[in-house]
Amino acid sequence: MRPYVREKTGFTFEEVPENTCFEAGYLTTVNSGWRSIRPVINAVECVGCEQCYLYCPDGVIAIQGGKAVIDYDFCKGCGICAKICKIGAIEMEAERK
Amino acid sequence: MANKVADSISREEYFYGHKACAGCGGSLAVRAALKVLGQNAVSVLPAGCMSAVGFNFPQLCFSNNSIISTFAGTASMLTGVEAGLRARGCKDFTAVGFAGDGGTADIGIQALSGAIDRNDNIIYICYDNEAYMNTGIQKSGLTPFGAKTTTTPAGANIHGNIRPKKNMFEIAAAHDIPYAATASVGYLPDFIAKVQKASQIQGTKYIHVIAPCPTGWGVAPDATVDIAKEVVDCGLWYLAEYENGSFKLNHKPKEFTDVAAYLKKQGRFRHLTDEDIQIITASRDKKWDYINKNFEL
Amino acid sequence: MSRKFLSGNEAFAEGIRLARPQVISAYPITPQTIVVERLSEMVEDGSLSAEYVHVESEHSALSCAIGASAAGARAFTATSSQGLLYMAECLYYAAGGRFPIVMMNADRSTALPWNIYGDQRDSLSQLDSGWIQSYAENAQEALDLALMSYRIAEDSRVQTPYMANLDGFVLTHTYETVDIPTREQADRFLPPYETDNRIDFENPKNMAFSAGPDTNYIFKYKAHKGLLAAAEVITETEKEFADIFGRHYTGLTENYLTDDADYIIVTLGSIAGLCRETADKLRGQGIKAGVVRIRYMRPFPNEEIAAVLKNVKAYAVLEKDISFGNEGTVFTNVNSALKKAGADVRGYNFIGGLGGRNISAADIEKIYTDIANGTDAVNFIGIGGGNNGK
Repeated sequence: MRPYVREKTGFTFEEVPENTCFEAGYLTTVNSGWRSIRPVINAVECVGCEQCYLYCPDGVIAIQGGKAVIDYDFCKGCGICAKICKIGAIEMEAERK
Repeated sequence: MANKVADSISREEYFYGHKACAGCGGSLAVRAALKVLGQNAVSVLPAGCMSAVGFNFPQLCFSNNSIISTFAGTASMLTGVEAGLRARGCKDFTAVGFAGDGGTADIGIQALSGAIDRNDNIIYICYDNEAYMNTGIQKSGLTPFGAKTTTTPAGANIHGNIRPKKNMFEIAAAHDIPYAATASVGYLPDFIAKVQKASQIQGTKYIHVIAPCPTGWGVAPDATVDIAKEVVDCGLWYLAEYENGSFKLNHKPKEFTDVAAYLKKQGRFRHLTDEDIQIITASRDKKWDYINKNFEL
Repeated sequence: MSRKFLSGNEAFAEGIRLARPQVISAYPITPQTIVVERLSEMVEDGSLSAEYVHVESEHSALSCAIGASAAGARAFTATSSQGLLYMAECLYYAAGGRFPIVMMNADRSTALPWNIYGDQRDSLSQLDSGWIQSYAENAQEALDLALMSYRIAEDSRVQTPYMANLDGFVLTHTYETVDIPTREQADRFLPPYETDNRIDFENPKNMAFSAGPDTNYIFKYKAHKGLLAAAEVITETEKEFADIFGRHYTGLTENYLTDDADYIIVTLGSIAGLCRETADKLRGQGIKAGVVRIRYMRPFPNEEIAAVLKNVKAYAVLEKDISFGNEGTVFTNVNSALKKAGADVRGYNFIGGLGGRNISAADIEKIYTDIANGTDAVNFIGIGGGNNGK
């Protein structure tokens, strides 16, 4: 299971663990605020070749129903996916709030 | 349409939510390797980019067992983790280390040499971004000739780093290690295949993967994979393996692409003169003479 | 139980064998070498079932032990002097990570100048690192501490690494008859290592992580409390030890003729024997001399020290150590204990034995005389020269 954001993000004195050992994959923040541009996948053109999924440094692209989809909570907008897509199905657009 | 490489590795994400720069080559290398090695991989990472971005309590970005080692101690902690798990009767696991320039070639080289000498059953992966990126782009033993770093500034008197890149792949091979390989995130299927191969071999395995840092190299965040391919295509990096006492070249470019074009794309090399580029090209040619004579194809 | 004529190092190795470490990673350094050699022989002959790792440095030795402990295995290492200082980074790492590793340290002088003989500068310079620190007086105690160390360190209230110190050469290389417990007794006393602080394939963990300003302070505080908790655990452990093995130990300090003493020497390690002989001699002359041997420098016996010293006319701290530019470290700790307890007692520091220099019975007798008459705060025994140690 991939790391995911938890509800509990603050730790009181009692809750801080006794040692430097804690549950793996425990996230408390997202990375979406880093973006100034975001990739947008044209689902019609996407052939599900999985290159963008393979090359994403953050692992935010998954293949669902044969098409690439992006987890925008953790996409940093690097643009590698748009570059690697051989058929131009991914475009980088300005990030809008 | 099926993608054989994608199908051959786990679809889980074991390294996720980390705070690496956009387009980070190192994080791509770690992500891909963990997809090969799977849920029962146990990762050891020293001080460096990947540990700094991945383990900030309570934001913990590895979904399988992972631990930070001291800067110099990746290989020695790996040894201990592997020995400890084995002593407790655990069988189905892979102990893997992900270290950068410093953790591998400089402060960490002693422990790495010791681990190879003991032939501990570990995989050691160096994600090479060619400087001490985590602390702000200072020169490392893996910084190539001519690169501008924050401790080898390029000025009128000195044109950046004046020492060549330490050849860690051949240093590992000189120990007669069971398996060593070079790789690049620009040739990701090749890297993935090498991690898969290493996971099937007993003893110490060393994989050196070029993992560009857009921030430190002075390229756009989306250029990482392309520049990682180009460093191989222009011959400044080579894809090879060492196994059973001999070197094998995995990929021989029919014709090298232009070295100057590769260098000038990057902020860290933009200051180089024609003379500098000639030196670099000549040393590339000399290295390839050696490769062509001594590596099998 | 068997009886054997063993050196301090060999006795400690016997104790470790009985403690069933699962991973041993140590780098040889005089005067610790015998311990690691004996352990490798035990692995070879099958009497010790452990992974023996031939690490290439002390830093790697402790780093490997930390990795093994993080895997949930019982880990052991040993070192001395330069090696202890080389692995110093890992000392803090192990303590902060709450890994109950046991390390034997052969107390030896630190360079420069180079010197392989015993003094206590090396371990005392690392008192701040977060490790439990004990100081053995004789080979039997060394063997017993080797067994007790894991029991104390691994206790869930403690979870702190343990440094067992033996005076270099003076204890590590001198011979005594020791009682070696049986395997069955040892197994009854020391169960296998159980912890949550480890790699877990069912519930994966991220370990040895960073913690920012919000929480770092809390982690450190908890580590500090864990070390303090060792005092209680030591008392419990020694009681169970006595029940099974028949030997009694007295906690953080060991007092000799202190109840009515006017003058007390406080010291560490094997020199305590000569101090007790001297106290006996002075008692024969009507002088109320006593000796306190500090067995554990961490956790520090603040209460015990204050209780035993508060009514004396004067006390001396005799230590093989100097914190350059000030005074001996043990003296600093003892002085502070008295001040915290509101006790106003004349105390004096006597530095001796650095680099293995001999401390004689006459030297010790002179300490009692000097503190009775009053002397400087910090004194170097028999140093010579114009000031002669003042």
